[in-house]
Amino acid sequence: MSSTRMTPERESSSPLPVPSPLPQPPVASAADATPASVGAALSPIRDFLSKRGSGSFADNSFAAVMLLCACSIFAIVLFIFVILVVHSRLSLIQFGWKFFTRQAWDPVSGDFGALPFIYGTLATSLLALCMAVPLALGVAIFLTELCPRVLRAPISFLTELLAAIPSVVYGLWAVFVLVPLMRDLIGPFLYKILGWTGFFEGTNFGVGLLTASMILAIMILPIISSLTRDIMNAVPNSQREAVLALGATRWEMIRIGVLRNSRIGIVGAIMLGLGRALGETMAVTMVIGNHPDISKSLFAPGYTLASVIANEFSEATGDLYLSALIEIGLALFLVTIVVNAIARLMVWAVTRNAPARVN
Amino acid sequence: MGVGILVEDLNAWYGTTHTLQDINLHIPANHATALIGPSGCGKSTFVRCLNRMHETNPIARATGIVKMGDIDIYNDASPVEIRRRVGMVFQRPNPFPTMSIYDNVVSGLKLNGFRNRRILDETVERSLKQAALWEEVKDDLKKKSGASLSGGQQQRMCIARALAVDPEVLLMDEPASALDPVSTSKIEDLIFQLKSQYTIVIVTHNMQQAARVAENTGFFLNGKMVEFDSTHKIFTNPRDKRTEDYITGRFG
Repeated sequence: MSSTRMTPERESSSPLPVPSPLPQPPVASAADATPASVGAALSPIRDFLSKRGSGSFADNSFAAVMLLCACSIFAIVLFIFVILVVHSRLSLIQFGWKFFTRQAWDPVSGDFGALPFIYGTLATSLLALCMAVPLALGVAIFLTELCPRVLRAPISFLTELLAAIPSVVYGLWAVFVLVPLMRDLIGPFLYKILGWTGFFEGTNFGVGLLTASMILAIMILPIISSLTRDIMNAVPNSQREAVLALGATRWEMIRIGVLRNSRIGIVGAIMLGLGRALGETMAVTMVIGNHPDISKSLFAPGYTLASVIANEFSEATGDLYLSALIEIGLALFLVTIVVNAIARLMVWAVTRNAPARVN
Repeated sequence: MGVGILVEDLNAWYGTTHTLQDINLHIPANHATALIGPSGCGKSTFVRCLNRMHETNPIARATGIVKMGDIDIYNDASPVEIRRRVGMVFQRPNPFPTMSIYDNVVSGLKLNGFRNRRILDETVERSLKQAALWEEVKDDLKKKSGASLSGGQQQRMCIARALAVDPEVLLMDEPASALDPVSTSKIEDLIFQLKSQYTIVIVTHNMQQAARVAENTGFFLNGKMVEFDSTHKIFTNPRDKRTEDYITGRFG
């Protein structure tokens, strides 16, 4: 079959003296019978390629190794979960599911509950998102759509530099700059303008939920804005031109041609920021006031799941206390999973009717 | 009804490259005008100057006078106002993937704040019929995404989107070059029918296409317009040697 196609090419590529087409058929049929022996008569490239195996062994082992890598993720998550459950069994047995809804935190009498910490974690993270998302979107829109070319690199670099600062340095900065600012300037101003809402009441010490949220917002700003920028850069120019050609202003072009096409990616970026905010420990611990209260006022000190573990783990006396702290870790684990699940659900609800593919 | 376009001493640059040199041209109203020429000769740049899309590229600029009806588009109006009156169809179909077919077609109206449901419904039907797509999509206007259509259908939807704002001029930048022959002939039929109501400027690589759809044809070469005349004259008895060489396939 292939021998007939091979013949004329061999004629042209090899200097073998083949006087007429007549002697060829026996040579070709010999090629069919023993393909390996023909290799010598072929060009060196054909010879080389014909000796290569099918590669099925390499392919299959590659797939197996990749499968192992993927499974390791499940294994690690499961392992962490099991360890958390095992080490918190004392507290699990003592308080049961009620642990997550109890407000008490009294190491002396051995009475523990996670609700104030869950509240503190969720409140600071969501507030931080409210502050960081508009700012991050603004930065990303400016960088991709409006920024003069010369400024693009420096501003991008600075935003990414923010992400590289260790969180304890943010904490220090917050203690020395943000706390006094909050106490003397921002706090009184908010009280004057929005005091009637009841969110800004009580004594304002400068440390509390709002300060912690602000430092969190600054910390998650770079990740959200740089991811959003990359996503918006990936929107093809043809989409922008399509909107502009319909007579859109620049803002309408950004809204319809860019933001609408990248909304799923932007939600993903926000989720990554939220993930960081939920787990952030050091900077928050330094400015949140560390008091397990649930208060409507954002000036009030609070406590987060991560902070209480960091603060009290080294001084936890007694097995129940330690076990309760580990169950706090379990609570953080579950809160993160639930928040991410809700976010997925939101994305699904928004996009189930319209595919997100941009071509 | 469309309006005629008068172009005087149009020059355009990309950075330091002088892509259009002293173009003078009158495009008559309610006719189809084809622009032909080899790749990189400036014909795409030329149509992009007609709705001021050229200047959306930060390194691009243009000088000269372009009059659309009575309006000098570079001096009397903003680019946004001009683009509302000039529809444009691009080389590759560019539907909005997150919108339904319905929303794609009326996106030009909606973004300008037009909210009358009855007129929106009528517009969708009218423009999809004009674009010869209505029969194929009328049952899932709001169910299907614009990106779920085939390439040829997407391009006809983009034509419908351009027609929905009832433009006076329709610019088409190689509208069929990414399509198969069947879709191409549908789009040519469309241009043939639309040209009685709109002023159509079509850029094409395909000389037979120009001969089939346009009354007038301009030949561009290296940023200059070599010849502009009735399509019949250009293809049977061109004045310029270079035009003759191009249409007989001696280069390009």
